[in-house]
Amino acid sequence: MLRIDCLRSIYSELENCLVVTIMGAVAAELQSLGHRPNFFYLQHAMGLASSTGLGLALCLPEQRVIVFDGDGSLLMNLGSLSTMARYRPKKLVHVVFDNETLLSVGGFPTATSTGTDLEGIARAAGIPRVATVRSVDDFKAAVTGAMQGTELTTIIAKVEAKGPAAYVTDLSLLENRFQFRRHIQSLKGH
Amino acid sequence: MTSSKRIYDALKACDIRLVSALPETWLVHLIRLADEDPEVTLVRLAKEEEAVGISAGAHLAGVKSAMLMQNHGFLASINGIVSFAYLYKIPLLMLISYRGSFGERDPWQTQGGNVTEPLLRALGIPYSFLDSVETIKKRMQQAQALSESSLQPVALLLTRDLMWEE
Repeated sequence: MLRIDCLRSIYSELENCLVVTIMGAVAAELQSLGHRPNFFYLQHAMGLASSTGLGLALCLPEQRVIVFDGDGSLLMNLGSLSTMARYRPKKLVHVVFDNETLLSVGGFPTATSTGTDLEGIARAAGIPRVATVRSVDDFKAAVTGAMQGTELTTIIAKVEAKGPAAYVTDLSLLENRFQFRRHIQSLKGH
Repeated sequence: MTSSKRIYDALKACDIRLVSALPETWLVHLIRLADEDPEVTLVRLAKEEEAVGISAGAHLAGVKSAMLMQNHGFLASINGIVSFAYLYKIPLLMLISYRGSFGERDPWQTQGGNVTEPLLRALGIPYSFLDSVETIKKRMQQAQALSESSLQPVALLLTRDLMWEE
């Protein structure tokens, strides 16, 4: 299963969400499918994408928030699972692309390559709904199901360690950040 | 307790709606006040760096927030401060209990006390002190104003004189 195929399978569902991604392949691949003002790419600060999604979800409880995390990033901030589980915002969906490597720095294996089970950690942390998926069809069904549900969900998507040819895009970090905040302000105006 | 109440009232006067915190002895009253306040969302953290992401999310959502932490928690947050708050121009209002400074009796706090101000200066974080009840409200408002106008972290060091009675 390729991450880009997963993202493509749910791209049309992301229109009315607030989307936060980690850096690297996830950010570049989502942008390659087409940037939208409701997408925020956290191009560093590994581990904090889930915390950012939690902050958004707690402040905007009516808004669907989806975080695209990664195994390397989540392993840097496992405590975030316990904090998310503690407050369990109903409309927060946490997707973890697990390719078992730190791909963008040369493919060094992470602990999920030797058996660390992120679904098990998420469940034991108290995340009410968890799943692991290994096919694009299952991915699409799990994510769309979580987006229609009313429970904090963590979905581990086991993907191949393949990424885009380049990671830097022509969207500047600050442009993205200000556009994303203005987008949220415009939602409040309605 | 009086000091904590004044600090909390000052946070409320700044329209703070979300407070993230990791408990420490000097902060327990402040955290309890936030916990009992239905107008404020209290987020109890596992580690302080999470607070940078949570406050960034709150800022992007248009909500004013504050971070309560010990200075050792500030040390644990530095990559988030650099690689998120500075990189993306995110305002952070950081209330940091200044352990390990003059009067400290706990040996384990002393090294963190030594490096707190040098690190704030190295990171370019403007900082001031909450050290007397009379100036709390004004200094809090000034810290928040600077953070919001500069879109960067600003720190207030909560001192022993204000936070601890021996």
